Amino acid sequence: MKQSYLIVSTNEKLTDNVYKMTLTGDMSGIERPGQFVNILLDGLFLRRPISVCDVEGNTLTIIYKVVGKGTEKLSKMKGGEILDILTGLGNGYFTDLSGDKPLLIGGGVGVPPMYKLCKCLIDEGKTPTVILGFNTSKEIFYENEFKALGVNVLVSTVDGSYGIKGFVTDALREVGEYTYVYTCGPEPMLKAVYNAISTSGQFSFEERMGCGFGACMGCSCKTKYGNKRICKDGPVLVKEEIIW
Amino acid sequence: MVNTSVSLCGVTLKNPVVPASGTFGFGYEFNDIYDINVLGAISIKGTTKEPRFGNPTPRIAECTSGLINSIGLQNPGIDAVIEREIPRLREVYKNPIISNISGFSIDEYVECCEKIDAVDDVDIIEVNISCPNVHNGGMSFGTLPENAEAVTRAVKKVTTKPVFIKLTPNVTDIVSIAKACEQGGADGISLINTSQGLRIDLNKRKPIIANKIGGFSGRAIFPIAMKMVWQVYEAVKLPIMGIGGVASAEDVIEMMMAGATAVQVGAENLVNPYACNDIINDLPRVMEKYKINDLKEIIGEAHK
Repeated sequence: MKQSYLIVSTNEKLTDNVYKMTLTGDMSGIERPGQFVNILLDGLFLRRPISVCDVEGNTLTIIYKVVGKGTEKLSKMKGGEILDILTGLGNGYFTDLSGDKPLLIGGGVGVPPMYKLCKCLIDEGKTPTVILGFNTSKEIFYENEFKALGVNVLVSTVDGSYGIKGFVTDALREVGEYTYVYTCGPEPMLKAVYNAISTSGQFSFEERMGCGFGACMGCSCKTKYGNKRICKDGPVLVKEEIIW
Repeated sequence: MVNTSVSLCGVTLKNPVVPASGTFGFGYEFNDIYDINVLGAISIKGTTKEPRFGNPTPRIAECTSGLINSIGLQNPGIDAVIEREIPRLREVYKNPIISNISGFSIDEYVECCEKIDAVDDVDIIEVNISCPNVHNGGMSFGTLPENAEAVTRAVKKVTTKPVFIKLTPNVTDIVSIAKACEQGGADGISLINTSQGLRIDLNKRKPIIANKIGGFSGRAIFPIAMKMVWQVYEAVKLPIMGIGGVASAEDVIEMMMAGATAVQVGAENLVNPYACNDIINDLPRVMEKYKINDLKEIIGEAHK
């Protein structure tokens, strides 16, 4: 973990309520894809945890959905503004277990962390397949960005307005052989993926947090390997330890 | 050079700044962020006889200038704390350790204090009779003077370490509770624990926290803590560790002037992990600004 003052470069709307922000500054705190940052905003007591979508050099990309006061404030920020951010929080995804053909499954705002993970896996010479799940075509973002990485991308929409009709697990049936699964999304989706996959995998969870760095025990969960803090020992849990 | 050192029942703290129990884990993880040997002391995570997972999540709700928590005393239990957590802290940290103890019966408080008494690395015991987030225990011992006195008397029998009793603000008369602790033989008073609070999620039309009611802390409660430190200082002769909404070196000095010998920093650690370090670094500047050479001299000064 590192505290950094990052400068907002861009902040653009991707869909009705999803925004993409890029920031520049010291990124040395970020060690792994699947980690998150915790952002302090004027007038709000607690920081807001947001997953890392991408980090290259001194540039951070986050994608966030406006769901409350914090993300509302974030969406109004302009280039040049400075944010107090704790970077490199959480354990993140470990790529060494992936095998040659990892499958990445992101649902809604669970899509962003898949992007940096996908780049890392490609850099390691692996051939990822990506499933992106959304409710409807209007909510889709980052399909082209993933395609530009040269990977096979399947998109599912619950209402069938784009791509495969149904859930990410419906798209899963159209994927051939895979060696490992990485996933992030709403808990019902994670559970469905857990039950549908034939390999091991890593699952990224969400919980309402206090500090975001392991001090307050606000986001604890029970696992087969003992009690864990989603913010510090997670957010990524391995399939074998998850208790639903 | 200003003097920031204070003494709590013969235990010297190089400065009065202490991270409060429940906001700093068992301390050692913060050593990755800054050198925790700058701290006056550390009050480690509240410990019970048996391991506890705590309450269901969500356990946290944000408020204006603070937060409500309902952790429910998640901890690995007294034996694991003694065997694993305190030694891990001691590996990286040389200053005083305050062990915070909770229980669901007087016997449990006694058993934990007896075990902690045998741990050389622990300098002070802080007995928490004020947790608002557990049923049939915690705060119920801190809301009636006779119960507070009984717990104090019982734990004092099994330890020679200084015993601070941590009080809840959720009472009609804090002074009567503090006096009862003094009567029971307490060596000091820690106050205040969190003030009870509630928030509702407008979308779900339900309380945000799974346990519904939790404990409110953060900058917003500073004046409430100040008032109680003030009242207890006037009523008892024991040293006080002031707690509640402290977020700056100015707050530390203000609370000391109200009567605190040392000051604990709680919720602020959760927003700014460097909070205690920042406050300690800023203390000499603020002392010079207000022409304070020795912090010991301002304890309770506002009462004179």
